[in-house]
Amino acid sequence: MATTTTEPRRTGTYDNLEHPRLATRRKVVRRFGERVLPRIILVVMCALFILPFYWMATLALKSNEELAIYPPTLWPQDLVWSNFKDATEVFPFWRFLGNTASITFLTILGSVISCPIIAYGFSRIDWPGRDKIFMIVLATVFIPFPVLIVALFRIWAELGLIDTYWPLVLPRFFGTAFWIFLMRQFFMQISRDLSDAAKLDGANEFQIFRQIIMPQSLPAVGVVAIFAALAAWNDFIGPLIFLQTEASYTLAIGLTFFQAQDAYDIKYNLLMAASTLIVLPVVLLFLLFQRSFISGLSIGSIK
Amino acid sequence: MSTTSETTISGPAGSAAEAGRSTPRRAERRFWPTRRERRNILVGLLFISPWLFGFFAFLVYPILYTIRISFQRVPDFGPATNIGWANYQRLLDDANFSNAIFNTFVYTALAVPIGAVVAMVLALAMNQPLGEIPIYRVILYLPSVLPVFALSFIAITLLDPTQGIVNEFLRLLGFSPPNWFGSTTWAKPAIVAMAQFGAGQIALVYLAGLKGIPQHLYEAAMLDGAGAWNRFRNVTLPLMTPVILYDVILGVSEGLQVFTQAFIITGGGPANSTNFYVFYLYNNAFRYSGSGGYAAAMSMVLFLVTFVIAALVFRTSRRWVHYEMN
Repeated sequence: MATTTTEPRRTGTYDNLEHPRLATRRKVVRRFGERVLPRIILVVMCALFILPFYWMATLALKSNEELAIYPPTLWPQDLVWSNFKDATEVFPFWRFLGNTASITFLTILGSVISCPIIAYGFSRIDWPGRDKIFMIVLATVFIPFPVLIVALFRIWAELGLIDTYWPLVLPRFFGTAFWIFLMRQFFMQISRDLSDAAKLDGANEFQIFRQIIMPQSLPAVGVVAIFAALAAWNDFIGPLIFLQTEASYTLAIGLTFFQAQDAYDIKYNLLMAASTLIVLPVVLLFLLFQRSFISGLSIGSIK
Repeated sequence: MSTTSETTISGPAGSAAEAGRSTPRRAERRFWPTRRERRNILVGLLFISPWLFGFFAFLVYPILYTIRISFQRVPDFGPATNIGWANYQRLLDDANFSNAIFNTFVYTALAVPIGAVVAMVLALAMNQPLGEIPIYRVILYLPSVLPVFALSFIAITLLDPTQGIVNEFLRLLGFSPPNWFGSTTWAKPAIVAMAQFGAGQIALVYLAGLKGIPQHLYEAAMLDGAGAWNRFRNVTLPLMTPVILYDVILGVSEGLQVFTQAFIITGGGPANSTNFYVFYLYNNAFRYSGSGGYAAAMSMVLFLVTFVIAALVFRTSRRWVHYEMN
């Protein structure tokens, strides 16, 4: 596409032939469309998309006095690193971090165990009705979670498990539709030769799953693990509903403590310092594993 | 299942099928599965059994539970009483409920198309032969991994009427910017704009679709003298419709669930202008006493609405989605 322009070959009559100057003009227009305009759009959009991170970091480092300056300064005059320490004292940061980390770990664990097993049954074994049931799996992706919150709260309350990790992590041990879909797409691309040969040698499906398919599928399992980590770390409505006391809260709930203190005079610098601490692991995870993120997306985008 | 089939399979029809050499006619009419198929069904079900359990325990049962209490008055203490359709009747007379539907509709109707256009523009720009595309890709995806709750708190500071950088910038340009989240006119557009920070993720999905369009189609269109716009309109757009369909359905489902922004930033205000469906549902379920049954009725309505919209999009999609890309 970047290479030479595909112009009609100049043979025969002059009728459908462009004037040379017109051709040059077209080349200039084309160059603008391919190089200049996209760059302008992308640079402007990138600036906009960095804005939240830039403003968060700037506010996180401002002193209380500087926050009151009008118009707002675009970069902190003095970098007040102690904001980060102060922010961790507005709510029990380390306890909430521990809770969030535990929930995230259990979510990853449950997902990487359950999703591959389920996906294997939906892809590597041929059985009648399989693909019809898989359509149900796909349909559940579109059911809004909030539809279930009234019932789920009551069900977990009847079991006496409100304010524990159970309502947040147990469902993950039974598979998450979209991640099952990702694993299934991956499994379907693996050749059947090896598993057929193993079957002839008398291996059962579970052995094939564990010894042949799984070792080849670690990249896809990694994608599921990353998505699971992100989903757990970023969850707000789940902890909001199922966790009721300070002992079990997550970092997401911790941020609301800034509003609870004084809704009309939120300390932006401490709020943003705490936000930075919470967002940092997510950003690092993304920067480290961006290829996995993007491959997960392209698997998911197959129609 | 396994006990009855053993005797049937030994019959003439069964043994023919079992031999694996049954005629096509026979295979189509065959009712009982072969032994191999039976084994595969059992093993297959065994593998998907965690999902089956989760499906019934965490989805079907809660929905049945919701249906049941949607016909009940559920006091905070004491037993629930059946009240028939009263909760659903109450929805019809509740001005806050129709307001919530209106707000959610406006939000979704703005956020989804705007998001699709922004993502398409980004994808088209990233589909050009520029060396630094990987850098743009990282930056444009980055806000997509931000938790919505964190983005909401950041948006409070970005759009603060005096301390926010957005209004400061607009003032420099000579505008007199509004108090975004404090204005009944601007609160919803501000939340729509926030949603655009997720456009990078959709753009990458679109970009994967763009890369899949065969180059020779563009070359053919150019030979026919089609300009850039015509190539986009008649080649790119039709071939991208499956990807757009996927994005629109997910976007609508997500748009109907908008909650966190209202919970954290606006509390549903000012003057109920960001009182979104799920926010109102949450309030009835957990903040207003004795409204559990009412919240359950709202849940069922949301469930049906999502179902109807998904079905509508799928149905109309036959008219505008082209599946010839391969």
